[in-house]
Amino acid sequence: MSKTATFERGIHPKYHKELASEKSIARAALPDRIVVPVSQHIGAPAKPEVVIGDEVKRGQVIGSTTGFVSSPIHSSISGKVIAIADFPTSVGKMVQSIVIESDGKDEPVVFNENPDYAGLSPDDIKTLIKDAGIVGMGGAAFPTNVKLSPPKEKRIDTVIINGAECEPYLTADHRLMAEHPKEVVEGLKIIMKSLGVKEGHIGIEENKPDAIEAMRSAVACETDIKIWPLEVKYPQGAEKMLIRAIKGREVPSKGLPMDVGAVVQNVGTALAVYEAVRFGKPLIERVVTITGTGIKEPANMMVRIGTLMSDVIEQCGGLVEGAVKVISGGPMMGFAQWTLDVPVVKGTSGILVMAHDEYVSSDEYSACIRCGSCIDVCPMGLNPSILSIYAEKGFFEDAKENNLFDCFECGSCAYVCPAKRPMVQFMRLAKSQVKP
Amino acid sequence: MATEAKTPELIVSVSPHVRGDETVGRIMWTVNLSLLPAFIMSVYYFGPLAAYVTGLCIVTSVLFEHFYQVSLKKKSTIGDGSAFLTGLLLGLNLPPSVPFYIPVVGSLVAIIITKLLFGGLGYNIFNPALIGRAFLLISFPKLMTIWSEPTAQFVALDAKTTATPLGILKEGGIAKLVEVFGDKTDLYMNLLMGSRAGSLGETSVIALLIGAALLMYRGYITWHIPFSFLATVGVMAWALGGDSGFFTGDPLIHLLSGGLILGAFFMATDYVTCPSIRKGQIIFGIGCGAITMMIRLKGGFPEGVMFAILLMNCFAPLIDRSVKARMFGAIKEKKEQKK
Repeated sequence: MSKTATFERGIHPKYHKELASEKSIARAALPDRIVVPVSQHIGAPAKPEVVIGDEVKRGQVIGSTTGFVSSPIHSSISGKVIAIADFPTSVGKMVQSIVIESDGKDEPVVFNENPDYAGLSPDDIKTLIKDAGIVGMGGAAFPTNVKLSPPKEKRIDTVIINGAECEPYLTADHRLMAEHPKEVVEGLKIIMKSLGVKEGHIGIEENKPDAIEAMRSAVACETDIKIWPLEVKYPQGAEKMLIRAIKGREVPSKGLPMDVGAVVQNVGTALAVYEAVRFGKPLIERVVTITGTGIKEPANMMVRIGTLMSDVIEQCGGLVEGAVKVISGGPMMGFAQWTLDVPVVKGTSGILVMAHDEYVSSDEYSACIRCGSCIDVCPMGLNPSILSIYAEKGFFEDAKENNLFDCFECGSCAYVCPAKRPMVQFMRLAKSQVKP
Repeated sequence: MATEAKTPELIVSVSPHVRGDETVGRIMWTVNLSLLPAFIMSVYYFGPLAAYVTGLCIVTSVLFEHFYQVSLKKKSTIGDGSAFLTGLLLGLNLPPSVPFYIPVVGSLVAIIITKLLFGGLGYNIFNPALIGRAFLLISFPKLMTIWSEPTAQFVALDAKTTATPLGILKEGGIAKLVEVFGDKTDLYMNLLMGSRAGSLGETSVIALLIGAALLMYRGYITWHIPFSFLATVGVMAWALGGDSGFFTGDPLIHLLSGGLILGAFFMATDYVTCPSIRKGQIIFGIGCGAITMMIRLKGGFPEGVMFAILLMNCFAPLIDRSVKARMFGAIKEKKEQKK
C-alpha cells in the first residue's frame, strides 16, 4: 500500500498513548459490589428482572429488553441484589441501577457453547448477539443486533471493524488487537455472515504498528478481509470518517452508514460478538484503559461491567496528588466526572485522570476572531465559527440552517480555537433549542 | 466507599478536555514580530522620526484601548497584542514626517471608533488601522501626502520631499518613473529594497516578504488572499496599465510599489475583517486587487490599496454567507435535488 487511507481535514492532538500502550490487558480484581445501570445503550432501557434479595450468578440476565432498539443487561458477578435505585452514571445522568453485592464465589450460569458456530444462520447469530446484550463498545453504545438488521432496501456490502482508536490516551482497542487478533477476526467473520456480506475491512491508525502486524497475520489466510493502516489523525475513528477513508464513500448529510452500504463495528464489539456466539458469553466485561498523568500506574484492564471507577482506580495505584479531572472516555469526547462512584458500563473505553499540569481551563474565552481555524479542521466541512456565534447570540434557527445537526461534537474546532471558545458547548446548546 | 475520603475536588467541564497551544495573543504578537523587519527598514530609510511616529501610534492605540475598557469597567485586553498591532500598522501606513497629532487622531479613530465601539476584537467590520488612515487622509490631505526622500542613514536629516513612485507614474507615466530612478533595473531594485518615498512601512518589499514568510510558515495566513490580490493586480497592470495599448503594462512596478505588499499580506488578511472560508478569501483577494487597480489607473488617488481593502471589508460577511466550504456528505444531496 503506497498511501495510507484517511479523510479530509481533522486535527493532530498530542496522543500520549505511550502511557498505556505497552501495558498488557490485566484482569481487574473481583469487585465487592457492582452497580449496573438499566440503560447503558441508545434506545429503551432494560426492565429489571430481579428484586432486592435475589441471588444472581455471573452471566445471569438481570434486565430484559423493552423494545426493538434496546438491550438486556447481565450480572457480571455472583451475589445478592441489595438495591435497585437511581445512581449517578458516567454521562452525568441519574439512572435506575441494580446493585449486586458479591458473594465472592464468582459462580457462573451455564453458557451455551457453539463449537460449530460456522453453521449458524444469520438470524441465529443476531439472536445470540441480542441475548448477550452486545452494544457498540466504541462509546455510542448502539445495540449491535439492530445495526446488523438494516431495513431490506438498504443493501449492505461492507463491514468495517473500527480499530482506529483516534482518541488520545486510549489504548484499549490497541491492546485488544495486539493480544486477541484471531478473536477479533472471528468476530468480524460472524458479523459479515450475519449480514451476508463478502467484504470485510479493519482500519487501524498507523501509530499501532504491533496491532497492525498482529491483525495482518491473523487475516493471512482470509481472502475477504483487508487491513488498512490509517493516517494518525483525529477523528479518524468516527464512523463517517472511517468509511470515507477506507471505501471513499461519504455518508450523506443526516444519513447513516447503511445509506452507503456499510456497517461499522468497534474492535471490542467484534470480540464480544465472537465470545457471545462461540461461548454463549454475555457482555459482562470489557477492556478499559486507565491512564493519564493523574493515575499512579496506567493500565489496560479487563473490567467487569458495573465495577465502580473508584475500585478500578484503586487497583491502578490510585490518584496522584493533584489529580483534578477524571474523564470517562477519551479527552476529546469523554465526560468529566464529578464523582468516582460511577460504574464502568458497556461503552466505557477509558478512565482518564488528568493531573493539574495537564488540565486546561475552558472557563475563559473571548470573542471569535474569525481566524477560520475551525473551518479548516471540521471533518464535516461545517463552519463552526458562525455556528458558535449563532448559538452564543441565540440565533438557533440560523444555526440549524447552517447544518448544525451534522455536527457530531468531535471537538476538533474547540481544540484549535485560539480564543478558547467552548465550541462543543455552543453546539449542544443550539441543538437543545431547535428540533432537528 | 473506601476511596471517598481520598477523592479530590474534581473539575467538571465540557469536552474536549485537551486544547491546542494556539492563543489569540500568540497570533497577534507573532504578527507584530513579523512586522519588525519592515519597522527596522523604515527607521533605516527615514531616520528616528519613523520610530517616533510608529511608536506614538502604538502607545496611543494601547492607551486608548486600555482606558476605554477600564472606564467602562471591562477587562483590559491590551495584553492580546491586537491594539499594539493596530498601532503598529497605523504607524507603518503614515508618511514619515507628520505632526504628533496625526498619530493620536489616527489611533483614536482606529481603536475607539472602528474597533471598540463595534464591540472590540472580533466584532469590528473594518480594519481599524486602515479606517484610521483613511480618516486622516481625508481630514488632513496635505499632511498625509508629504513624502520624504529616503536617506538610508539611520539619521534624521532635513529630508527633502519628493513624490512616491505611484505618484510619479500617475503624473508622468512609466518613462518619467524610470528616468527618476536611472534605469529599469535600478527602479526594480530600489522598489524591492525600499529606497523610495512612501508610507513608513510599505516601502521595503523585501522586509515585508520576510515577515510574510514567517506568518505563512506558522500557518497564521494562507496564500489565498495575498496571492489572489497580487495576481489580480499583476494581471490588470499588465492588461490595462500600459501606455501603448492593452497588454503592454509593467506588472512589476505595480506589484512592488505603493502599499500593496503591506496591504496584501498584513492588512487584507486581518482575520476579523476578511472572509473566513478559503474559497471566499480568493474572491475577496480578487476584489481587493481589482479595486486597487481601478483606483490606481483611473481614480483620483495614485494609490488604491487602502480603499480597496476597506470596500472589500464590507463584503466579507456577504462572501462568507454565499460560499460554503464543501460539506461532508453533501454530494449526494445535490444530485438528488437535480433529479
